[in-house]
Amino acid sequence: MGESIVVDARGLSCPQPVIETKKAIASKPEALSVLVDNVAAKENVTRYANTMGYDVTITQEEDGYTLCLKRR
Amino acid sequence: MVKLTSMVKTSGCAAKLAPAELHRVLDSLPKVENEHLLGGYADADDALVWKVGDNLVCIQTVDFFPPMVDDPYTFGQIAAANALSDVWAMGASPAVAMNLMCFPACLDIDVMRQIMLGGLSKVTEAGAVIAGGHTISDPTPKYGLCITGFCSPAQVWKNGGAVPGDVLVLTKPLGVGIINTAVKAGFASEEAAATAVKSMTTLNKYARDAARELAVHGATDVTGFGLLGHCYEMAQAGDVTLRIDSSALPVIEQALEYADLGMLPEGLYNNMDYLKGQVEFPGGLRQSLRDVMFDPQTSGGLLLAMDASDAERFTETFPDGRIIGSVVEKKDYPLVVF
Repeated sequence: MGESIVVDARGLSCPQPVIETKKAIASKPEALSVLVDNVAAKENVTRYANTMGYDVTITQEEDGYTLCLKRR
Repeated sequence: MVKLTSMVKTSGCAAKLAPAELHRVLDSLPKVENEHLLGGYADADDALVWKVGDNLVCIQTVDFFPPMVDDPYTFGQIAAANALSDVWAMGASPAVAMNLMCFPACLDIDVMRQIMLGGLSKVTEAGAVIAGGHTISDPTPKYGLCITGFCSPAQVWKNGGAVPGDVLVLTKPLGVGIINTAVKAGFASEEAAATAVKSMTTLNKYARDAARELAVHGATDVTGFGLLGHCYEMAQAGDVTLRIDSSALPVIEQALEYADLGMLPEGLYNNMDYLKGQVEFPGGLRQSLRDVMFDPQTSGGLLLAMDASDAERFTETFPDGRIIGSVVEKKDYPLVVF
């Protein structure tokens, strides 16, 4: 197993979190985590990941959400 | 060349304050009453209506926002088309306009000139004149106009006149907010970007002119609160329910694809939040189509309620117009999508 990929998109407004996620999945990793701190980013990254063939599990954190992306 | 959109966080009508927050403040203010004031924000109309005399009313509105496109001239055109639209949505004709400009000290002053020239071109096309304005220094550029128009009291189109039996007509395709977001992200095709710009710079004057001789019962323009947000205002003001046919909606094709890629502006989520519990959706509705109905439109089309026969005449003379639904007696939900 390689190092786990974490995209920290907290503090970014749309569409930046999706752009950062796009960069991170360019190499088609099996799994990665995306940290976001607002609802729009959570929803948009989820839509993008689903369309790109990833399942998303969302965990609410104190300062936002952790999205776990797993390739289908 | 400066990229105007790189200087802003939110853009166009998506920069509007969340409707829920706005209404909390407006509802807490003392209500203004005056015998000349025939309509204002209490009715969620697009502009105020001031009775000048027995046969003349003055319509006044103001609108401004940060850029949603990089080209300053195009931004000026869109901002002006958007500001002017409220006057046509009230059934009136714009007469005079004043510029509102917020401009960064660090930007080339020619950028400001281009924005104003773009605005001027649309105000001139509208048959109105720009006769003043105000400019302040601001790190985030913003532009818009205050517009004054006139018509006779009988010609005023209000938000609240839709009656059961009416059909709903929409005069521009939906999806420009999503496309603008996709452009900002570098996801949009040139074709999609050009389609959105063409739509945003098209004056609602032509739609208004085509409906001028028809009996329009209720009217508004679809802007920051999205199709459903503005339908909701029309439903509330008329104490009716609006039924929207999701298969009949005009949508800029690529907007659905970009919605699936998460290119939804933040304002879209604010609109969803605002309308929570107010809309009945059918099962199995494509998620991106549902998204588009909440999409904040910059310089969107007119939403008109009229008899079915008038609507048919309208769509014959104005082919971009689409019949998207109907008005029925008030039901559990003010809005029903099918």
